[in-house]
Amino acid sequence: MRPWLSLLAALFAGVAAANATAAELRLEVEIPRMAVAEYHAPYLAFWLKHADSGDIVPLGLWYDDQEKWLKDLRLWWRRTGRTQSQPYDGLTGATRRPGTHSMDFSGLPALAELPAGAYELVVEAAREVGGREVVRLPFQWPATGNKTVRADGEQELGRVQLRLAP
Amino acid sequence: MKITPFAGTALAALLTLSPAAQAHKLWLLPSHTVVSEAQWITVDASVSNDIFDVDRPFSLQGLTVTGPDGKEAPVDHRFEGHRRSSFDAELSEEGSYRITLFRPMYMAFYQLDGERHRRRGDSAEALLREIPEGAEEMRLSEVMNRLETFATVGAPSDFKPVGKGLELQPVTHPNDLYAGETALFRFLVDGEPAAGVEVEVVPGGSRYRDNHGALTATSDDNGEIKLQWPQAGRYHLEAAYSDDRASHPKAEGRRLQYMGTFEVLPL
Repeated sequence: MRPWLSLLAALFAGVAAANATAAELRLEVEIPRMAVAEYHAPYLAFWLKHADSGDIVPLGLWYDDQEKWLKDLRLWWRRTGRTQSQPYDGLTGATRRPGTHSMDFSGLPALAELPAGAYELVVEAAREVGGREVVRLPFQWPATGNKTVRADGEQELGRVQLRLAP
Repeated sequence: MKITPFAGTALAALLTLSPAAQAHKLWLLPSHTVVSEAQWITVDASVSNDIFDVDRPFSLQGLTVTGPDGKEAPVDHRFEGHRRSSFDAELSEEGSYRITLFRPMYMAFYQLDGERHRRRGDSAEALLREIPEGAEEMRLSEVMNRLETFATVGAPSDFKPVGKGLELQPVTHPNDLYAGETALFRFLVDGEPAAGVEVEVVPGGSRYRDNHGALTATSDDNGEIKLQWPQAGRYHLEAAYSDDRASHPKAEGRRLQYMGTFEVLPL
């Protein structure tokens, strides 16, 4: 019995150690309220871009199952969207209504192997019968301490805040 | 962008001999070029002075839509109206589509009773038989016009050259064009890179400008030109090349023309 117990203890210790070292990458996005007659919740795409190599890591997509409008996320479409097909990479879900929403990318497999370096987290929003906007948040990976990066959109995006932890 | 004078002497000759051809900008205009879902698109075709405002229709003879893997895509609702022609094309697969209207023909110029005449035909032999008795200073010329545009569903794919006449081999993909960026295009004549191809590019919306606004370029020894797009929008590219490699022994030369429509997206 004892060898099993010590093996279990070792396993738990290993798992706990892994959880303790998983880096955090969390995003808060504000969708602004629009006073328009015909309102459609915007499609949003999230991805990382390595500042030197230009390598792209898709993080997620908010869309209402209409592939027809994905091309309106012009930058995302060109950088990664057009080479993908369903299911789209990262945290994918429906569009969100006006308000502040949180996304936790920490658990994505792509982050576990992310090479160190300078990155931008890019958020692109496109609204039907509306505008299109891109917001960029620069950061260093891995984070050396708890960091917050903030950038605000001017029309289709409100406050965008990135929280990093080592 | 260096502005160079348009040195198309053969074109000037054709224009003086055929005064009726005043509005000679032929073009195809697709409704969509970058799409994220399989769908039908519609294409307008017209010959006009204003890019891209319609004026006159033309025959859709010689139209092909080639999809990814070289398969032909369905074309429907061909229409030749009072002011324009149009058709629908089905983009059902992922990849790039090349929409081409290729019209090789012959032109005969002659003088009869002091008047200049011009005739056109698909066959040189049939055209020569039509020339009336007493015609003088007869000149036979081969003309190969290629009108073209491109559309892509999803990720772009490449095209194989046709190898006949003047064509554009995209180095920069024609559905990957963005404002402020520079595109590299290569021109081929009968499948080989051709130097000295005269190119003129006019942005759409010429009706709303006081100047034509053309950018010009000439292909280098690799048959290549570089175009930096000043802004987003649709552009009409006209390329011209002359040589003496006509297919018919009685023809005195060939006039090759390529007219492409390109959509440049905002960054």
